[in-house]
Amino acid sequence: MAKSDVKVLGAWPSPFVMRPRIALNLKSVEYEFLEETVGSKSQLLLQSNPVYKKIPVLIHHGKPVCESLVIVQYIDEAWASGTPLLPSDPYDRAMARFWAAYIDDKWFPSLSAIAKAQGEEGKEAAIAQVAEGLALLDDAFAKCSKGKPFFGGDKIGYLDIALGCFLGWLKVTEKMTNLKLLDEMIAPNLVGWSERFCSHSAVKGLMPETHKLMEFAKMLQAKFKAPPS
Amino acid sequence: MAEDKVQLLGYWGSPFALRVKWALKLKGIQYEYLEEDLPNKSPMLLELNPVLKKVPVLVHNGKPLAESLVIIEYIDETWTHNPLMPKDPYDRAKARFWAKFADEKCVPATMSSFTKSGEEKEKAEKEARENFKTLESALEGKPFFGGEGIGFLDIAIGWLGIWARLVEEIAEVTLIADDYMPVLSKWFKDFLELPTIKEALPPRDKLLVHNKGFREMLMGGST
Repeated sequence: MAKSDVKVLGAWPSPFVMRPRIALNLKSVEYEFLEETVGSKSQLLLQSNPVYKKIPVLIHHGKPVCESLVIVQYIDEAWASGTPLLPSDPYDRAMARFWAAYIDDKWFPSLSAIAKAQGEEGKEAAIAQVAEGLALLDDAFAKCSKGKPFFGGDKIGYLDIALGCFLGWLKVTEKMTNLKLLDEMIAPNLVGWSERFCSHSAVKGLMPETHKLMEFAKMLQAKFKAPPS
Repeated sequence: MAEDKVQLLGYWGSPFALRVKWALKLKGIQYEYLEEDLPNKSPMLLELNPVLKKVPVLVHNGKPLAESLVIIEYIDETWTHNPLMPKDPYDRAKARFWAKFADEKCVPATMSSFTKSGEEKEKAEKEARENFKTLESALEGKPFFGGEGIGFLDIAIGWLGIWARLVEEIAEVTLIADDYMPVLSKWFKDFLELPTIKEALPPRDKLLVHNKGFREMLMGGST
């Protein structure tokens, strides 16, 4: 398959963009990465994602796929001969989908809420929510991993990708609040998992360096007073 | 699968439980229905869905699952006859994309047009109408989202044909404008007339009373 058959429209700071890129790496699929300029949207983006006008977008044989988790499942199904991203058992697949939905619908918004929080009380409440979520996800890890190194078992899978993409921004939040969120006390399993995830060959080159994300966050805060979502 | 035990914890007025019921019916799966008395959530519900504490919950041979669209895909993958999802990966991606769009865009705007007033209400009404119009394009000239017959996306979205119309009546707004989106409007009618779908619908008059009361409570008194 020619590299030009597979394109990803995205931007380096976006955790959502990381998701399809990790998935394509795991499937050993070569792709062309088209970097969007922060603050403006290319014609190609507007054409390929007219509904949301957001990144990431996967373009495969000229056909666009949007919404990061929809894209990851598409990648799993379109390159079915590669390493599977979702578990084979329907119940395990449902659990992976459930937790990924939880991460996007509940956990990541609570992380974003920390920077947007008004006053100390608001901030503390937001932090408590993130910690609560991490504890739940830690529990989920124990159930899903079944003693293995990743949510997906021996290999990185859908749920690892769904959560792992936020590790860079989690570190930024920890630095900005001067608090340890991914902590032995709160989420002992996830501490080890996050190190394994970040050092994985499919992830390493994509995870932005914390200091670069910090600079980017500060620039955004100055502009819009909130981190990207 | 003669030994299968399937239970569904639901609420008569919940559209999310309804779409799971539709999936179970389309697959011909025998199940035990357990009605929750919301807001007095049962210990069973709290135990089976500790994270979100919501209906619907499907319990299959003792193993619980929550989140209606996750449940529907599980049903489709476990009972593989009469497939609900399309076969082609690109078509599957489109189905999942549009189901998410309906839940994230059509639903909140509909809710806002239901519970807000004045300028906010007008804005929400317009937004909901535009989002429904966008949904229409996903039909791509077919009678149903699933093609000649219904599929995952039809049952994911079809409930809005009831609930959005209720909102229109109670809040005096126009969401599914027949002249603006004739194709979508027709699809809602055709879908809701299908016997398997129609049989599972909760009584409309009961829903009307229930949602009127719900709106009054949310808006804090008389409207």
